[in-house]
Amino acid sequence: MQPLEDIKTKIREALPDLDCVIGWEKSWTPLSATPLFMRAPEDVDRLIWGPFNVNNPATYLTGFKGKKIGVLVKGCDSRSVVQLLQEKLVNREELVIFGLPCKGVIDVSKVTAKTGDPGLVKAAEFKGDVLQVTTSKGVTEIPFSEVMADKCVACQYPNAIISDHFAGDPLPPSMKPDPAEEQLAALAALAPAELFEHWAGVLNKCIRCYACRNACPMCVCRDHCIAQSRDPHWISQEHSVREKIMFQMIHSLHLAGRCTECGECQRACPVDIPILALRKKLNRVVKETFDYQAGVDPKATPPLFTFQVEEANINERGW
Amino acid sequence: MPVLEGRELRIVGFLCNWCSYGGADVAGVGRLTQPTDLRIIRVPCSGRIDPLFIVKAFLGGADGVLVSGCHPRDCHFSSGNFYARRRLEVLKGMLPVLGIEAGRFEYTWVSASEGQRWQHVVTSFTEQIHALGASPVKAVLAPEGPGLKPKGGDSAAA
Repeated sequence: MQPLEDIKTKIREALPDLDCVIGWEKSWTPLSATPLFMRAPEDVDRLIWGPFNVNNPATYLTGFKGKKIGVLVKGCDSRSVVQLLQEKLVNREELVIFGLPCKGVIDVSKVTAKTGDPGLVKAAEFKGDVLQVTTSKGVTEIPFSEVMADKCVACQYPNAIISDHFAGDPLPPSMKPDPAEEQLAALAALAPAELFEHWAGVLNKCIRCYACRNACPMCVCRDHCIAQSRDPHWISQEHSVREKIMFQMIHSLHLAGRCTECGECQRACPVDIPILALRKKLNRVVKETFDYQAGVDPKATPPLFTFQVEEANINERGW
Repeated sequence: MPVLEGRELRIVGFLCNWCSYGGADVAGVGRLTQPTDLRIIRVPCSGRIDPLFIVKAFLGGADGVLVSGCHPRDCHFSSGNFYARRRLEVLKGMLPVLGIEAGRFEYTWVSASEGQRWQHVVTSFTEQIHALGASPVKAVLAPEGPGLKPKGGDSAAA
């Protein structure tokens, strides 16, 4: 793949000035790639690009603050990078951004729904637009469109929004309708009591591993997360669905006006709870109220970091 | 409370120290009749109110939450209520996706001299909550409610 070779050359050229460059390499499981931290020129050979690169490398950036690093991004990852820059959580001078056009990534849950236990998958390979999955039972061929992550179906930013080095021809944004609209409409159709019962039901599965938080590029408090603090004591150790709902609300509301909908929280969830819907709804509220989308403009101020004396879209309710 | 058992709902009010708390005090000193469902929590400024306070109150079983601060441009700390307005508006838009009706949460502005207005706010908000009835949260999160049924039991039976 020519663009990948071009970007590898660019990374090798830039590497002497950088602490490391973050990308992806082949993982121990055939269905997913794993983050790669390139420190030496020979590490760059292991770099891969394609639909298995699901992880968001922007998650690691705040951990490297103070060091000069590089990062290879998909379009959605670049939105997280932009949002981090907007909030001054990373410095632009300390960051070299590499970009490649992205045709979408797979949703491993969708693949394993068709092939069974991911542990039994021996090999997975793309032949054009068809994913060939080899298990002990034989080879299954699945069209890419059936296993594409939901966020990629209606992707508006297939190319890095900001980049220092971009290789390949930029791709056009998708014209397909967003599957999220349907999901949110299905939730909105439920009566309030049923809806709350739905959330209590799905969140009851939560094991409070905090993988959703740890995978989130915008969750930057790390060891100071209020979910694990005793002072203030927001949630207890009690194993109840009330604490689980509260944790999800903490995560969602701390992302209000900041979430770039990279979908890492839902992907990282080991018990497949559809928690992204909460963030998506919140983003729609922010979009309607402040006409703002997170991580698109490096110069914009996130809406909850500022105010206007006369708000355009807030209707002061008279009593 | 036994006198009003079953007729009263639980409403939590977050009031800023400088305007609305004073306004509620004026209403009390003026002996203006008010419903008794509201429990007031005094905060230093409406900007101090983390939207999570309100979520926590709902998950704790509140049937309604009322936030009241100084009028815009009138904040004791000059800009606290402007930030609060944005946060609370976003929260109000988001609560329905969780299954909590938007009408169970309101925010408003009442100054320290507006005892009459405070009476009006409390009365109409309490009416609004009584029209919605008890919050679904309590029933679902009750120990015998559907939300807490242990998952292990289901799969063990299957």
